[in-house]
Amino acid sequence: MTTRFDEIMARRGEIMRRALGMDYAEFELSPVAFDYERMMASHGYTLDEIVAIQTAAGVGNTPLLELRNMTDLVRSMSATGKGARIFVKDEAANLAGAFKDRRASISIHVACEKGYEGVIAATSGNYGAAVASQAARNNLKCIICQETYDSHKVGQPEIVEKGRVCEAYGAEVVQMTVGPELFFHMVELLEQTGYFAASLYSPHGVSGIETLGREVAREMIDLTGAPPTACVITHAGGGNTTGTARGLRRAGAEQTEIVSASVDLSGLHMASDRDFNRKSFTTGHTGFGVPFATWPDRADVPRNAARPLRYIDRYLTVTQGEVFYVTEALVKLEGLERGPAGNTAMTAALSLARDLPREATVVVQETEYTGAGKHHWAQLNFAREMGVEVRRGDPRENKPGEVIVIPEEPEQIAAVEVDLERLRTSYIRNALKAAPEGYEPTAEDIVFLALDTNTDPATAERLATEVSAGLKEA
Amino acid sequence: MSDVARAAAGDWVEVERVLLEPDQRAANLPPETAVTPLRMWVKGFLEADAAVGEPATVVTVTGRHVEGTVSAVNPGYFHTFGEPVPALATVGRDLRARLAAFRGARERGESR
Repeated sequence: MTTRFDEIMARRGEIMRRALGMDYAEFELSPVAFDYERMMASHGYTLDEIVAIQTAAGVGNTPLLELRNMTDLVRSMSATGKGARIFVKDEAANLAGAFKDRRASISIHVACEKGYEGVIAATSGNYGAAVASQAARNNLKCIICQETYDSHKVGQPEIVEKGRVCEAYGAEVVQMTVGPELFFHMVELLEQTGYFAASLYSPHGVSGIETLGREVAREMIDLTGAPPTACVITHAGGGNTTGTARGLRRAGAEQTEIVSASVDLSGLHMASDRDFNRKSFTTGHTGFGVPFATWPDRADVPRNAARPLRYIDRYLTVTQGEVFYVTEALVKLEGLERGPAGNTAMTAALSLARDLPREATVVVQETEYTGAGKHHWAQLNFAREMGVEVRRGDPRENKPGEVIVIPEEPEQIAAVEVDLERLRTSYIRNALKAAPEGYEPTAEDIVFLALDTNTDPATAERLATEVSAGLKEA
Repeated sequence: MSDVARAAAGDWVEVERVLLEPDQRAANLPPETAVTPLRMWVKGFLEADAAVGEPATVVTVTGRHVEGTVSAVNPGYFHTFGEPVPALATVGRDLRARLAAFRGARERGESR
């Protein structure tokens, strides 16, 4: 029996093509490879034009703050000569309170230029607020599809707040229970309305983040005489890492180490009705970070513009308890009260800075707005209501969904290194699995896979050979 | 049924509907999700008088007509910050003291 779900999904390619206003087929090179840079340039805007669009939209040029108390906190636990200076880009100062405004401002500009009547985005995060805010300024209708509740109509306070703020900006918020079929309903609505798909993963959206990387590089050169030693980026879907890294490179900061960071949610299932309200984080976690790194084209566009493995030099995870602790520390020591998910990178940065020389600089490239619901206290109180234990102790005892352990001392904050070779292998396996059965990757495919995983062709070829052998056995 | 909230045409309400029954849902869902329907809620202006639990049509802010069952009349937002979290209560105090001790020692030339 063909259900409405099957019927819509069978036609999604054609519906999305019209809703995105671009045809991705022209970038395809083979069943494995596509021309990423040509796709990224397809919107035709220069970086300066993107800055001009964002300036008119009330987006960008956020303050870069040096965190002297956080730096001394790190130095109080570092070996002699260690303890890098820590800076933060206060992205909460954007119009709707997050770096996502950079993405939305460009998407909405494109939707206006192409003459769409409205926009639709599927997001439970800050991107919804950003799209709704920019749509309001540009007189576009706006629908935000949000995975909000479990089957008892209970939602994390942070997600409920994000729904509220979208409605405050005049958006229609379609709220749903847990499940990947959120995407199915978004496609159904795109067909019904003829609106523009303001995907998080379009080239224009991700290009909008390049301005953030360029600001970081230029402002650090002004302040310290050099680009940052490391830039730490909260990583979920991959756009933040991709756009920031590209912007840094375009500003000549080739040497800056790109460090992505996620909250470790291992053990929790992202489509589980039970785990949904026991995550205590709505984004910036490994539940998005790992699958989107290892298969970016799982997104709502045929080819994802966010390709984090292309840029990541190191990928660190931190625990839930560590992030809540650092969020509280940032409020008390720096007078900076910001949303918890955005402080994931801050937590990893403290761990990283401890081992770097004093002359080194570390930039945490975002913060996000905070408020009722979207606050570390609200998330922790909700966790307790859901039966999650919250206590002080050794953060190594943190277990997602069961116990959140707030460190007793800052020395206990220790980010964990993710093995990038494992992620690269997994990515290559997914890329080869997406090709028709029996397809043998060409030399051109190997070059693409190497670029897409930030490695050399010899390594990509070795991994592809290992993976192919495994796929044949299976 | 005087205790059931009634709403008049034009009132701001939330309606609920099932988008997919359990047997229509995507494959490979965890079992606890697979047994539940995919439900949806949206707010809009009521087309004709209705009470909570009754079928109704709303016109959303984008002008869509959505049919469903009235689930709330003039729905509000009640999320808060909640009580101070005991496990975080001393973080600020302790880190301030730590910074003061570190800087005091540094000024006395005792450390980094």
